[in-house]
Amino acid sequence: MSVRAGLPVALAVLAALHLAALGAAFLAPYDPTEQNRSLPYAPPTRLHMIDGEGRFHARPFVHRMARRRGAEGYEEDRGRSYRVLLFVRGVDSEGQPAGLRLFGVEEPARVFLLGTDGFGRDQLSRLLHGARISLFAGLLATALSLGLGWLLGTIAGYYGRWVDSILMRSAELFLALPWLYLLFAVRAVLPLRVSSAQAFLLLVLLIGFVDWARPARLFRGLVLSARERSYVLAARGFGASDFYLIRRHIAPQTRGLLLTQAALVAPQYVLAEVTLSFLGLGVSEPTPSWGNMLASLQQYHVLVSYWWMWVPGLALLAMSLAYYALSEALGPRAGHRSAE
Amino acid sequence: MVLGRDTDLRNSVATAAIGAVLLCAGVAAQGPERADLLRTDHEAGRAGGRVVFALRSEPKTLNPVTAVDSASRDVIWRMAADLIHIDRQTQQTTPALAKSWTVSPDGRRYTLELRRGLRFSDGHPVDADDVVFSFECYADARNGSPQRDLLMVGGKPAVVRKLDAHRVVLEIDQPYAAAERLFDSFAILPRHLLAKAQQEGRLAQAWTLNTPPAEIAGLGPFRLRSYVPGDRLVLERNPHYWKVDREGRPLPYLDEIVFVMVPSEDAQVVRFKAGETDLISRLSAENFAVLAREEGARRYRMEDVGPGLEYSFLFFNLNDVDPGKRAEVARKQAWFAQTAFRQAVSAALDREGMVQLVYQGRAASLTSHVTPGNKLWVNRALSPPARSLSRARELLAGAGFAARDGTLRDRAGTPVEFTIVTNAANAARVRLATIIQDDLRPLGIGVQVVPMENRALLDRVLQSHDYEAALMSLAGGDADPTSEMNVWLSSGATHLWHLGQTRPATAWEQEIDDLMRRQVATRDASERKRLYDRVQALVAENLPLIPLVSPDVLVGSRPSLGNFRPAVLDHNVLWNADELFWRP
Repeated sequence: MSVRAGLPVALAVLAALHLAALGAAFLAPYDPTEQNRSLPYAPPTRLHMIDGEGRFHARPFVHRMARRRGAEGYEEDRGRSYRVLLFVRGVDSEGQPAGLRLFGVEEPARVFLLGTDGFGRDQLSRLLHGARISLFAGLLATALSLGLGWLLGTIAGYYGRWVDSILMRSAELFLALPWLYLLFAVRAVLPLRVSSAQAFLLLVLLIGFVDWARPARLFRGLVLSARERSYVLAARGFGASDFYLIRRHIAPQTRGLLLTQAALVAPQYVLAEVTLSFLGLGVSEPTPSWGNMLASLQQYHVLVSYWWMWVPGLALLAMSLAYYALSEALGPRAGHRSAE
Repeated sequence: MVLGRDTDLRNSVATAAIGAVLLCAGVAAQGPERADLLRTDHEAGRAGGRVVFALRSEPKTLNPVTAVDSASRDVIWRMAADLIHIDRQTQQTTPALAKSWTVSPDGRRYTLELRRGLRFSDGHPVDADDVVFSFECYADARNGSPQRDLLMVGGKPAVVRKLDAHRVVLEIDQPYAAAERLFDSFAILPRHLLAKAQQEGRLAQAWTLNTPPAEIAGLGPFRLRSYVPGDRLVLERNPHYWKVDREGRPLPYLDEIVFVMVPSEDAQVVRFKAGETDLISRLSAENFAVLAREEGARRYRMEDVGPGLEYSFLFFNLNDVDPGKRAEVARKQAWFAQTAFRQAVSAALDREGMVQLVYQGRAASLTSHVTPGNKLWVNRALSPPARSLSRARELLAGAGFAARDGTLRDRAGTPVEFTIVTNAANAARVRLATIIQDDLRPLGIGVQVVPMENRALLDRVLQSHDYEAALMSLAGGDADPTSEMNVWLSSGATHLWHLGQTRPATAWEQEIDDLMRRQVATRDASERKRLYDRVQALVAENLPLIPLVSPDVLVGSRPSLGNFRPAVLDHNVLWNADELFWRP
């Protein structure tokens, strides 16, 4: 029951995440690359409804932040308040007017609902814009690596013999390759300047091609046992073609595994981007991605001092839980059948 | 004032040295092969134990002749020793392998007296032939040693000759201001192990990390025991070391120094905090703050030693690149080569922002390559750099650049954009590069930051010249300008922006060559200061390296580590490894 109930929730969470990513330009209050050099690691701005004299305001307001004198951290300058506005005209990083934005606050105050990073950039705006790259690169890379893994694994498992040997030995070769050094080599032959679109493609292709071998071995094992089931043998006896057998009897059995694998690897791939960025193969500054936002958590002082820098991690967690719930909800039917 | 004191001290060292020579002549007559050991006057400690120190990158070599990167030098100088040493704390010269020395009245002949009974770490005795051999190796152009420039005085190489088994003489073409200090960077090499390689011209390839420990020997307090690639390098106590403590017990106290490879500073902090490493240096201000916050509860102590000699800088690739092979770089060099372009980039940089955002105020912004930490030599007449976008725009307009639709274009209409490569493991440098990227955006210059692994970075900068701009830092081994010779001479091995010049490429490089050679040949300290001031002014004007900031030296140690005295000079915490000991 609970598994069934999880499905709409998971779908809703995933839909919300992807919609937020698509609507980043509208939802984000600032340009994700705009630096506020006097406000590094500013905590989330507090929204006030009640002013110093105890009066209630229907429209929330904020105070400006200022560094605490002679100490770490920030304090609010309560002298003036600035109203939160809806549907404001944004400005881009060069100060040119940009499109409509959902909300903002009266100038010169700033509203950082999720605080700022080390350059005083709005975390919320970066999170939304970063989702574009992370969610879609993660999704595409998952599709590519699992697609390849599924295809090759199924072929190997179904046909067996020399096809199996060739495919599985090459899969083992792929697993044994020293990827780090190969990635260095890839970096060395690529030009230094890689545009965001190229970086995106590169990410998807690298992750997809590097990681097909493990799922391929899993699928091969599954297909190997499915091939020998009585109803498959019966169908074959009636003269069913290979393509029909795979489509009708074998492939449906792999669906459960496919979904659980997807739920497992998608969040991993979002994080793999951090490693690739470290090697100069990922998305580079100042373009935000969840990976490079989380990369700042590798800096010890960030990890222990500023909790709002963890928010991309929470988003990633929500994403992976949603994927898990999805695979749980869709998985049992396939699993049930394969247990017959 | 300060300079005067320096001269006085140097003179007094020379006088003391003459006295010492006379004294030793008497001693030598009694027992020629009795080892005369150097007695230190610091707190006497206890033998035993080991110190674990984390290196940020893997050493590239164990060869003192060719080492340039700091990880290699960190290791090598625990295993090597020099004739005359610069005390890292007093910044003055002290006797080392040479127990005394005299200078001829014309300042061109240095006679050095070696200690008797010296042995390499493999037990092989040392004599004047080893010294002569060592200097031969450094001076040999085939070996490409970064120290080679130091030996070129007035365009001619210094000659080291053997007088007898225990005396050598260094002859230079003209008086050499820093001659005593010069010896500090020349490790004495074992002729019995390296003569063959040198003869065959393969010395630069000798003593790699794969060389068996038995084939490596030096005169430092420690010697190589083992190396596990990517993991650790262990040095053990050198039983033949030539120093004793004030109670006459042999140094070093420690049995081992273990270098572990921990590629990121943050991982180093975690390991230091967990007690897995005993010393930590070159800390970022942020990590320093985090560690200092918990100093009481944990068992360590933190220290801000003040501004160091390290300077970080941005530089453009001005090497002679092959336009066929590297067309893009060659095309962009038309911009990079213009002084006005570099000045505009420099004027657009917000160095105060860098100090605050990256170093939390624990750093100084720089006008030239000499940091305020180098109190004796910094040129205070140079005005501190202030960010001015209007001046940057003026300079660019003057050089034929024009901004259209938020993009800067050159005369041919090509958009101005370049990449900055930097060490991915150094978060501070990546952040500096990100600030530069943002600073140049209002000018319409598109910058892409490419952090990469350190060895790949060094290969690009030093070997393949396949980069457009790079952000790096250098730390002078000594406060004296002579230690910077290899950077500023146009033929220098660390002349990063344009390597392998046979003759100065520009008029100002010619002038810097002249000034650097003259300051080295001048014995009058105030005249040297004047010459070096001019070098700094030329650097600040022509900006071959665009100076950014100089971070404070921030270190940490265990409170029970005796004789721990961090210094501004390199190596900040291990310079007196021979004296470190564990208190009970």
